[in-house]
Amino acid sequence: MLIQETDYGTPIRLSTKLVTLTIDGQDVTVPEGTSIMRAAAEMGTKVPKLCATDSIEAFGSCRLCAVEIEGRRGTPASCTTPVENGLKVWTQTGKLAKLRRNIMELYISDHPLDCLTCPANGNCELQDMAGVVGLRDVRYGFKGANHLDAQKDESNPYFTFDASKCIVCSRCVRACEEVQGTFALTIDSRGFASTVSPGQKEDFLGSECVSCGACVQACPTATLMEKTIIEAGQPEHSVVTTCAYCGVGCSFKAELRGTEVVNMVPYKDGQANHGHSCVKGRFAWGYTTHQDRITKPMIRAKITDPWTEVSWEEAINHAASEFKRIQKKYGRTSVGGITSSRCTNEETYLVQKLIRAAFGTNNVDTCARVCHSPTGYGLSTTLGTSAGTQNFDSVREADVVMVIGANPTDGHPVFASHLKKRLRQGAKLIVIDPRRIDLVKSPHIQAQYHLPLKPGTNVAMINAMAHVIVTEGLVQEDYVAERCDMAEFNRWRDFVSDKRHAPEEMEKYTGVKAADVREAARLYASVRNAAIYYGLGVTEHSQGSTMVMGMANLAMATGNIGHVGAGVNPLRGQNNVQGSCDMGSFPHELPGYRHIATDAVRHQFEAAWGVTLDPEPGLRIPNMLDAAVDGTFMGIYIQGEDIAQSDPNTKHVTAGLEAMECVVVQDIFLNETANYAHVFLPGTTFLEKDGTFTNAERRINMVRQAIPPMPGYADWQVTMMLSNALGYRMDYTHPSEIMDEIAHLTPTFKGVSYQRLEEMGSIQWPCNDAAPNGTPTMHIDRFVRGLGRFMITEFVPTEERVGPRFPLILTTGRILSQYNVGAQTRRTENVAWHPEDVLEIHAHDAEQRGIRDGDNVAVVSRVGETSLKAVISERMQPGVVYTTFHHVGTGANVITTDFSDWATNCPEYKVTAVEVRLSNHQSEWQRENALFRDATRRIHKAAE
Amino acid sequence: MNNDRLVSMANQIADFFQSYPEAEAVEGVSVHIHKFWDPRMRQGIFAHLNAGGAGLKPIALKALQHLAETQPNLSKSA
Repeated sequence: MLIQETDYGTPIRLSTKLVTLTIDGQDVTVPEGTSIMRAAAEMGTKVPKLCATDSIEAFGSCRLCAVEIEGRRGTPASCTTPVENGLKVWTQTGKLAKLRRNIMELYISDHPLDCLTCPANGNCELQDMAGVVGLRDVRYGFKGANHLDAQKDESNPYFTFDASKCIVCSRCVRACEEVQGTFALTIDSRGFASTVSPGQKEDFLGSECVSCGACVQACPTATLMEKTIIEAGQPEHSVVTTCAYCGVGCSFKAELRGTEVVNMVPYKDGQANHGHSCVKGRFAWGYTTHQDRITKPMIRAKITDPWTEVSWEEAINHAASEFKRIQKKYGRTSVGGITSSRCTNEETYLVQKLIRAAFGTNNVDTCARVCHSPTGYGLSTTLGTSAGTQNFDSVREADVVMVIGANPTDGHPVFASHLKKRLRQGAKLIVIDPRRIDLVKSPHIQAQYHLPLKPGTNVAMINAMAHVIVTEGLVQEDYVAERCDMAEFNRWRDFVSDKRHAPEEMEKYTGVKAADVREAARLYASVRNAAIYYGLGVTEHSQGSTMVMGMANLAMATGNIGHVGAGVNPLRGQNNVQGSCDMGSFPHELPGYRHIATDAVRHQFEAAWGVTLDPEPGLRIPNMLDAAVDGTFMGIYIQGEDIAQSDPNTKHVTAGLEAMECVVVQDIFLNETANYAHVFLPGTTFLEKDGTFTNAERRINMVRQAIPPMPGYADWQVTMMLSNALGYRMDYTHPSEIMDEIAHLTPTFKGVSYQRLEEMGSIQWPCNDAAPNGTPTMHIDRFVRGLGRFMITEFVPTEERVGPRFPLILTTGRILSQYNVGAQTRRTENVAWHPEDVLEIHAHDAEQRGIRDGDNVAVVSRVGETSLKAVISERMQPGVVYTTFHHVGTGANVITTDFSDWATNCPEYKVTAVEVRLSNHQSEWQRENALFRDATRRIHKAAE
Repeated sequence: MNNDRLVSMANQIADFFQSYPEAEAVEGVSVHIHKFWDPRMRQGIFAHLNAGGAGLKPIALKALQHLAETQPNLSKSA
């Protein structure tokens, strides 16, 4: 069945004051402020409309929704007329029918009559309205001036703009403004010459359009149309599922024809995205059927051998026998594994279970090691839970938003749209980031304070802000006294009160004017609802965990935890990185963040799993690689991670992988890690399996299978086969059974089941007897740990220092159109926006080195060198350069170092001392790696 | 395990706790290493400690000595 959500015409109103009116003789009661159009829709009456849709405010331009109201003159537009008590409204009268038919006749007189061959045929509101109003004739003919020969803009890789079909209803323009917040579209010219224009009469690809798809979704005709629909035709059924890109966790309708996905449309009832999307989730799903997909298992004896395709049975048995051999030779703890933050909760849970129960070790880790592990440590220590405190909707009530080390418009674009909407409503914004990210100044958005600190000085900055709040009497004393450990608070107060933390003293480290820091701190502390949103610019430092604790300190001191509109909110990177952590992927923790050494917890799992578990913590990813080089860690099972591209100091990572005797990679493509693998187990995409993802707001969303698994098995089934071959029995018949086991063993998931997820749409953990419907806001009334714990956060400068040899600081990140290591997005049309990694450099640094925009440059750190194109950017501050790690050829992590967070070993990606110089060739590593890649990717195909 | 790396990790933990009273700092460092380090890492740092503990900052040194005294099995297991 094709899911078609109801369009109520205008947005919902949430007033508690109700209004009763009569529509077509029937009483209806709705919240004050509701439009007559929506009130009618809520009682099941469709008023004809074209320019109205409920994702954007009413506009009142098409006049098709005119109604008659007793006692009033004329025919007001029902979309712009609010309800009033006692109104008597008629939506269908002879007068209205004539009026609407005339309006439609005018529209159609300038519209191609090619409905039968139009790609929107069967899904066109203009076509529908012609039918609804009973249009039978167009008296004006087509000989007069018209737009039928208007040019089609096909520049965007994903959708076309056919101006000949445009009715200039402005739905696209308003969606771009109100839903996305980019303001890339406008109506150019006036009257008959009016036309939708991206930017200053640019084409879509060359404009500021970010291809979120909101305009395409809003378009009531075939003017803005997905190219996949033009090519394939309209879908015939849909499956609601969850996006597999970032940690926002958008709900989508996968729309299909048979087993072919032809469209991904954001789901209006999605509780994280509310019907919005970004270019990745909306359009960049072509990788799922890309020709590079590996769908047959492969093995080889040495990484220099070609791959040989084998049966599933042979591959699984080979992998199991190798792990057994290695454990016999090197000991039980010589093997381990990495769970995937891209796979489902159920799959992640199974991998850690396999490692703990079948391998008998706790050498399990996950990609959160290299991103948000400090979040888990810092928030758990201060508040008692390893997760963010709010839901995304909370931002709608924030009065001040402080964005620290995050670039939401690129990394978490759908949340960014919601945030920008709140900012346009008047919330104040503080941005703490070395770069001038787009949020600092964009259409109708202007940060009150941008504190462009030097990379590596976050803790100095947060201490300086805390100093201001404490010494200027801005602490919420009652809140702290009621909810926090006063001994810890008093110690912290004494600590941050010390003059050495004053903004004036910290300025020499941060490079930020003390006056701005003081003003920003006052602003943060001045309102009831101040919210912190942060990203990897906080965590990926040697003091990542300290900074997380510093932010929690600040929020507690100002009473900003435990209510809507406030909180400390990590913007988590991958789709299920929250879930992978929840599922016990860390070497010291069982599911639900409970330490492996806690006897009662361990015994519970031992009883359920029928094994004895090792009470000692296992190795983290960097420790595994160190141990591999040392010869004590010799085999690894990696599901859905590409540590050879994503982890720091590539040469050290690959040395570790190369030292191992058995590397098993389970993935959808031959990734960079697979270059060092001995067994390749083909994986499945999110479209090919059932399960759940947990997003950054602790929301557990359903993932539903839309197409059959291309390799024949879903990832959870492959893990089961491997476990069974190792001699540890797993017999699940559906992921729901795995979730039932998770719920049984994990107190925060006790109330979670597939049945409840189907009923509720999604659930935010904790969900248990105390919170049967989940927990949108954490720490209401009391902190999970009891009393909030203030931690001392001494600023300790990183050991990675600039100097004469390496005078610049490199900081790395990502951009909107690419995702993580790019394995997915590089295999889509998104390369149109970002075909290669580039180095952003300030004009001053470039001039000093004789570098011009577009020059090829070498970037050299003390551990490695690469080369790429330079882009002179005003976003950078002098002394800081920036690049992304999306492309294999660049291999940005060949430059980043082993420095890491003191508590979690999260790498310090954000601070690498480098030098940049003009270059006309690739680095030695780039040349050698390219040759190596080619050599290791040969495949001997099995006979068909 | 590489001694330099283990020493660096232990010192970083000690740096975090440096502003706490010494007894708490020593306890904090030792608990952290106990809770989060794999046995072979602990064995490596204890071997380094027994060889004189070169490069370890005072709090890290005391924490490891404290750990060796209070959890003698940790320094033996692998």
